[in-house]
Amino acid sequence: MVGLSAMPAFLQRAVAATPMPNKKQLVVLFQRGAADGLNIVVPFGESNYYRMRPSIAIPQPKRGGRGSGSVLANPELNGDAAIDLAGFFGLHPSLAPLVPLFHKNQLAIVHAAGSPDLTRSHFDAQDFMESGTPGLKSTEDGWLNRALEAVPEENASPFRAVAMGPNLPRMLHGSSPAIALPDLRQFKVMAQAPGMGQVVEGGFEAMYAQTVDKALQGTGTETFEAIDLLRKADPAKYRPENGAQYPTSRLGQSLQQIGQLLKADIGVEVLFVDCGGWDNHVNEGGVQGQLSNLLRDLGQSLAAFHQDLGDRMENIVFVTMSEFGRTAKENGNRGTDHGHANCMFVMGGDVRGGQVYGKWPGLNDHQLNEGRDLALTTDFRSVLGEILTKHIGVADLKPVFPSFDNNPRKFPGLIRT
Amino acid sequence: MRLPNFHASGFTFRFPSIAATPKSFLALILSLACTLSLGVDLPGVAATPSAKDKKQKPDPALKGLPITELSADEAILHALNRLAYGPRPGDIERVRQLSLAKWIDQQLNPNSIEDKAVEARLQDYPTLRMSTAKLIAEYPQPKQAEKQALRQARAQTQQEQRRSDAGAAASSAAQETQSSQTQSGGSDAQAATSTADSPQQSEADNPDKPAPMKEPAMEPDAAAKGARRRDALGGDPNNIPRALGEDSKRPRRIVAELAVAKITRAIYSERQLQQVMDDFWFNHFNVFAGKGEDRYYLTSYERDVIQPHALGKFKDLVTATAKSPAMLFYLDNFLSADPRAAQRQAMERAMRQQARYGRFGRPWPPRPRVNPQQGAKKNERGLNENYGRELMELHTLGVEGGYTQKDVTEVARSFTGWTLEKPRQYADFKFDDRLHDPDPKIVLGKKIHAGGMKDGEQVIDLLAHHPSTAKFISTKLARRFVSDNPPPALVNRMAETFQSSDGDIRAVMKTMIWSPEFWSREAYRAKIKTPFELVVSSARALGTDVDTSLPLVQWVGRIGEPLYQCQPPTGYSDKAEAWVNTGALLNRLNFSLALAGNKMRGARTDATSLLGVNASAEPKAALDRAVQVFLGGQAAPATVETLQKQLDNPQVLQAKLDDARKQVDLGVIAGLVLGAPEFQRR
Repeated sequence: MVGLSAMPAFLQRAVAATPMPNKKQLVVLFQRGAADGLNIVVPFGESNYYRMRPSIAIPQPKRGGRGSGSVLANPELNGDAAIDLAGFFGLHPSLAPLVPLFHKNQLAIVHAAGSPDLTRSHFDAQDFMESGTPGLKSTEDGWLNRALEAVPEENASPFRAVAMGPNLPRMLHGSSPAIALPDLRQFKVMAQAPGMGQVVEGGFEAMYAQTVDKALQGTGTETFEAIDLLRKADPAKYRPENGAQYPTSRLGQSLQQIGQLLKADIGVEVLFVDCGGWDNHVNEGGVQGQLSNLLRDLGQSLAAFHQDLGDRMENIVFVTMSEFGRTAKENGNRGTDHGHANCMFVMGGDVRGGQVYGKWPGLNDHQLNEGRDLALTTDFRSVLGEILTKHIGVADLKPVFPSFDNNPRKFPGLIRT
Repeated sequence: MRLPNFHASGFTFRFPSIAATPKSFLALILSLACTLSLGVDLPGVAATPSAKDKKQKPDPALKGLPITELSADEAILHALNRLAYGPRPGDIERVRQLSLAKWIDQQLNPNSIEDKAVEARLQDYPTLRMSTAKLIAEYPQPKQAEKQALRQARAQTQQEQRRSDAGAAASSAAQETQSSQTQSGGSDAQAATSTADSPQQSEADNPDKPAPMKEPAMEPDAAAKGARRRDALGGDPNNIPRALGEDSKRPRRIVAELAVAKITRAIYSERQLQQVMDDFWFNHFNVFAGKGEDRYYLTSYERDVIQPHALGKFKDLVTATAKSPAMLFYLDNFLSADPRAAQRQAMERAMRQQARYGRFGRPWPPRPRVNPQQGAKKNERGLNENYGRELMELHTLGVEGGYTQKDVTEVARSFTGWTLEKPRQYADFKFDDRLHDPDPKIVLGKKIHAGGMKDGEQVIDLLAHHPSTAKFISTKLARRFVSDNPPPALVNRMAETFQSSDGDIRAVMKTMIWSPEFWSREAYRAKIKTPFELVVSSARALGTDVDTSLPLVQWVGRIGEPLYQCQPPTGYSDKAEAWVNTGALLNRLNFSLALAGNKMRGARTDATSLLGVNASAEPKAALDRAVQVFLGGQAAPATVETLQKQLDNPQVLQAKLDDARKQVDLGVIAGLVLGAPEFQRR
């Protein structure tokens, strides 16, 4: 059959079954809708936090919780209060599955981080965080794509950059090839007529291989290479390892498929996934409620991923972000409105975990951004900049984050070198 | 011009011998057509000098059009691909009979075309005909309904306490709208986009989110439901109910019906250019269905704002969008106010109260028992530049149109007070003078000081007639209809028409269509079909009979263009790069196979009768016929050759020997040809 005999270079490499040693991978999770960082990583040491959030604040950790080791052993014991991390910050109790990772130094938190642009528009803020150029609307590509350009690779796998979902996110737009995968199991030609699978796939492949239509020929070639590669990886047979149990939520299932892709050794380097529901203006809830449910899903998904990937986490960094935080004060509907700075999670083997990074700006009235939100002390680009430099190996951050001074001395220092 | 009945009925398709009709019969048809015409001029013929100058008349069907590089068949196919959503079986013959110029003229005057058949198909979707008020009342948000009851009770109590003065009314409107807007935002957006592909998951994530493609009431059985739920990432577009559930009163049904209606019109409407223009302008003035209350406003937006002006005056279109609840809400202008308005109102209130109570020496009326500082903050509204910026950047001048940040602010000030009355009940446009900034503004060097609502109208007038707007709109139209990078000379001529015709969209279209560039070899098949165009043109090419187009709607989303779910105000891209990527291409191929193979729920495709019953005996003949029908007989030799090789496959031949009835699956052949690179372009 035409086209199938000539094996692409990356595939030969993959089939040679030498998993690329020390190839680093990055997973980016975008929490769309502006997650409430102050109830995710709770500054329980701030008395003003409790004054400003009378109905939704997460109570202070119980005395002796951490010291006695009971948190580590059984975090659920603290289900009705923040879980103490470092004496000043505590995790929302629904994130209990992440506590062991924090104490095993696999998970770091950056607080009061985010995009410096003051917009409170979801549209604009997401756009800026994905383009990597806050305040500049004309940027056409995304920072994650530019990061790939900064470490070019010949014969790159069609799976080098993958977004889990039907569409490529803004972050992955750009000249470096990237694909959107709604579901691994459906990434194949579905012939519809019994026994015709090979004929149909071969027919399409040959047509696209030979067309004079340059744009379609390139994409067609990539597509059929990818189909072939994935078929060899056989996603249908996948079982999570180490007893990991992913939630059945979209996030959980996406992360399971990400794990699957990473383990297939098919040249995946960056992965993107997003999750929504964080825009809780009404009845956000405290220990229980809407935010709590989202966090339970998030915590279980991340913990399952970490468990499933096991030793592979040595080569993986997982980072979370959200377009902005929420108001420090709760609003009249027991929710919160659009705010400014937020928290980011960074997980992986290269991470110097067990710490909450960033300068804490304080929550007293005069310390708030525009008198209402957590002020910003860490630009998200310095967090990402450090990950890209030390983990992915980007030598020059200038093209990735133009017009941002990403001096390594200003890195938070959360990645091991 | 009214179409004679026998044209509309697919007459030519059923009797292919019509091509040999004597001239006298043709003349009769034409004279009939002219007699029936409603006094519509035949513009291109007279309007464009270049058309007159053409000495060459290659084919009578092309008479009056500046076509030199394309054959008659090519030109007609080109027209059907650009000014319509591709040919149905027999369409090319039909247009040839009528003459291309006349067909185009009819399309430019859509009201002259009878369209009862598609109207009948749309009867099944009641929300299309409802007012916004009715939609809000009949399709309440599940949680909203409770909240609304609570709010009403609260408001009543408050009202008893509050003095009924004007300031109070203004601030309560502000509160209501503010909370309704902030409800939505990104999370909804997120849900909506992912929903388009995998409806189950968003239901699981948050039942409150819009999931337009899902009807839980129609689940065939619990087991299937469970299976699908596990398939959280999949979202197999075929796994959806046959029809929209009658009993569903959820708001997402509204957007689902809009999407279904859009596809239905695009496939079946005789007024094809109208549908293409609706799509173009909706995308140009994009509003995202996932932003809060906009799910209720879009029905009216499309029906009452976009459609009536799609071939009219550009200024009317801008004005209608500027005053539409959908746009006011989407780009936040309904919240925008002169920052001094609150202070001004407080002062006026104080003066009125003094006037009422002061002279009788009564005590000052008791203030509501809230922290005064907090209260002031809450009701205080400021300037919101969102609309002002997008109006210039995206709707009129274009990003290079020569405006500054200062202009953005001044335009925003001009539109202060353009707001909504009762956004959660009926959402009428309202100009609220109390929120308006009364001071003069300077926009693009021009003083704006007409006063009140006229400030905004003056700005629209200024922008709609600006040369940058003429250029920008002409460029976008030419990009849609001609090529991704349209010839500058053509754009300039279109812009001239725009300027000289007071922004008459139909006139600009005529300049474009009656230009040699439109019919150039370079333009032929130069455009990659958007996912919507691909899905609709496939259904048209196959003559598919669609009961419910919900699966088609889902496929459009799956291939990358979820309908009404474009979050940013830019709308979807009209360039090839946006649509050519690995995942999308695979979905295009799978869509073609599913549709042509008659494996799509709610859609019946009969490839056998289309390709000829006899064709199944001979795969090569079937292939030739498919290339003829779907690709206008024009496929790269390599495409045909490789397809023929595939059909020599022993599997196929074996099937042929085994069973005379099922020799070759014509659905597979049709699917292959529709999946060919050639069919991805228009």
